[in-house]
Amino acid sequence: MVTTRKGEGRRTLRAFVVELVLYGLLVTAYFFGVLLFLGPRLVQLETQHIRLYAVVAILLILGQAVLLEAITTGLLRLLRGGRSE
Amino acid sequence: MYFPISHSYINPIYLVVTGFVVGLLGGFFGVGGSFIAGPALRAMGLDWNFAVGTDLAHIVGKSVVAAKRHRALGNVDLRLGLIMTIGTIGGAELGAQLIQALKRAGNVNFIVSVVSIAVYLSISTFMIWESWRTLAKSNRSKLRKRSGTATIKADQSAFMHVTKALQRLRIWPMIRLPTSGVTISLWIIVLVSFIGGLFSGFLGGGAGYIRMPSLVYVLGIPTHLAVGTDLFEIIISAGYGTFTHAIKGNVDILIALVMHTGAAIGAQIGAIATQYFAGPKIRLAFVPLPLIGAAIVIYTLLSGHKL
Repeated sequence: MVTTRKGEGRRTLRAFVVELVLYGLLVTAYFFGVLLFLGPRLVQLETQHIRLYAVVAILLILGQAVLLEAITTGLLRLLRGGRSE
Repeated sequence: MYFPISHSYINPIYLVVTGFVVGLLGGFFGVGGSFIAGPALRAMGLDWNFAVGTDLAHIVGKSVVAAKRHRALGNVDLRLGLIMTIGTIGGAELGAQLIQALKRAGNVNFIVSVVSIAVYLSISTFMIWESWRTLAKSNRSKLRKRSGTATIKADQSAFMHVTKALQRLRIWPMIRLPTSGVTISLWIIVLVSFIGGLFSGFLGGGAGYIRMPSLVYVLGIPTHLAVGTDLFEIIISAGYGTFTHAIKGNVDILIALVMHTGAAIGAQIGAIATQYFAGPKIRLAFVPLPLIGAAIVIYTLLSGHKL
């Protein structure tokens, strides 16, 4: 009983670590993507259309938080062959 | 690394590590962590206005990640969170207006500093007393013998008699919160959220240091749920703050995104960690946070340098 619980705990921990690593990679890639493709435009927006910049800023941070987590979950599901752990 | 929006050079690793620490604290305690992130950004030479606005932006992202994780663990009372939104926004607006009035009167820094020191010290003192008493009481009654998440989440508080008295106040309309197992007057919920919002607008940040304890002691919400629901509230107050700061040109979103790479990871670890600690222990561990805030304000007041 205790061994089963320990094994289950270890599996959950492993799944969590894998999820964190994958999410971490995606979050970092997202930042470089934004910097590379949107960097100059964001600077321009900030100086010329500040209200639009405010909306884009919130969307970008929400995107990094929500979208990437959804992608991580989707990717993990794909890796596990459709099983959701 | 050069950040063109705020015209500043900051080491991205420093930002990631700062974000990670703030995320960890946020996920575990349900606070925004602006009392650490703000001074950390200032220490890198970022202007004060950019430090405040950028910090708020990264708090939004981190709180979304932590709140989502807490929701998956069953630690968010969505109904309570949505009701509290009314008071939070109203309070935040009044807090901001108060700041403007004090600015006109010319003594904003001194008054805000004194109020924040008094609030931080009161919260810490009260929480030490309460969580210590609760832990002593639960030790005596051997309630900590059993392990498992269900027992850990079943919360106790030495202040429960006052909380119960507040819950007995039958001021219409009464709101049932099945997730938290509480029935309480709408007006008490609005009052608690209004005060949280007021401090958020008045002292800056998400005001989790006052809202999380209020949820536990005034509304009687179990600590784990208070942490998760508070994070939900911080998304609203920090989101509102980010927008208003961004239209004033105070947000460098590229810095916020770098900080968030660390914060997102820290927030998830912090949220998961709450599952291994009982409510009174989380509350006792919370005590140093307002004290750090008080120490920063005292330093600023005495030295004249804003951290």
